[in-house]
Amino acid sequence: MIAKPFEPKIIAFCCHYCAYASADLMGSMRIQYPPNIRIIRTPCTGRLEVGYYMKALENGADGVLVAGCMEGGCHFIDGNLYAKRRVNHIREMFEEIGLEKERLRMVNVSASMARPLADHIIDMVETVRQLGPSSLQNKTTFNQSETAQ
Amino acid sequence: MIVAERKCVPELLDIIKDLQNLLVLGCGTCVTVCLAGGEREVGIIASALRMTTKLNDLKINVEELTIERQCDNVFIEQAAEAIERNDAVLSLGCGAGVQAIAERYPEKPVYAGLNTTFIGILEERGVWTEKCAACGNCVLHNFGGICPVTRCAKHLLNGPCGGSKEDRCEVHPDRECAWQLIYQRLKNIGQLDRLKKITPPKNWKSSLAGGYRTIIREDHRI
Ligand code: SF4
Ligand code: SF4
Repeated sequence: MIAKPFEPKIIAFCCHYCAYASADLMGSMRIQYPPNIRIIRTPCTGRLEVGYYMKALENGADGVLVAGCMEGGCHFIDGNLYAKRRVNHIREMFEEIGLEKERLRMVNVSASMARPLADHIIDMVETVRQLGPSSLQNKTTFNQSETAQ
Repeated sequence: MIVAERKCVPELLDIIKDLQNLLVLGCGTCVTVCLAGGEREVGIIASALRMTTKLNDLKINVEELTIERQCDNVFIEQAAEAIERNDAVLSLGCGAGVQAIAERYPEKPVYAGLNTTFIGILEERGVWTEKCAACGNCVLHNFGGICPVTRCAKHLLNGPCGGSKEDRCEVHPDRECAWQLIYQRLKNIGQLDRLKKITPPKNWKSSLAGGYRTIIREDHRI
């Protein structure tokens, strides 16, 4: 039996004011992009809790793409700049954890940049494909309990 | 407030590697404000530990909980069940919080997940600085409200040391000389004559000289 080729699963957190609109435009313009991406709309990348991308990777994603507005063009002035610092911090933490930091990436697009967004997606998918499945996936999973209160 | 910062993941892994069930316990007070050990950081550290233990083939179940305050028995009670069902606690409270939990649960290993660093303030977003070394005998009134014990690199009570350049400290040229600040502040409030007085050597008995310190308020005891 031939093993199925590896298809990365990537979660893309897209800001409502730019990348998400661009993703919409990608559809209207019939621009093809790999189906490996799952888009989650966020009000602003600055609103994204670091825990969200940690949890995505912990629970089965091979990569996480954070897509915010162009620097200087954030709808909330500087949310994307906060997001950038946080992404960089967590990339460093990934090195402490023993996970490839390339699995987390932030990109910047405006609402009209459908083609560049598609290119960012293709590039991210290719990067993660080269890395292979996240080493977290081929390990046994344990009961992950969280107590909220 | 008390300011702390997280320990790096490999150090935490080394602390917890022999456990099976771990509770990462956050504190909702000082360490939440300094972004080191609140509910958000508990989530991040717990995620990081789940990932790193998995990558190192360790089977450790990591539970998360944050209580209002770790250094107070009334609040510790809220974590009782979670503490009971885990082998150990990794506390993201300050050193006082960690020890309060350990005292309350003598049979339970309790580890510190943070390095408790100083008493300080938030200077600007993401920047904290030390302001008080808890010397136990405050002399701020003599120095215009600027603490030479904490903020002068040489802890001089009769400064400046003579090495400052313009308003910069000779030990840390990126910082202001505490004595320049003291002079400026005393000048602003019209109390420069305070500097004419030589301050005698400080009595450090009230500081860390004889082990831990206690305060007993008879008027408040029951
Ligand atoms: S003199 Fe002592 S108590 Fe007062 S601020 Fe300085 S270190 Fe703290
Ligand atoms: S330059 Fe100022 S702050 Fe620095 S050691 Fe000398 S007196 Fe203290």
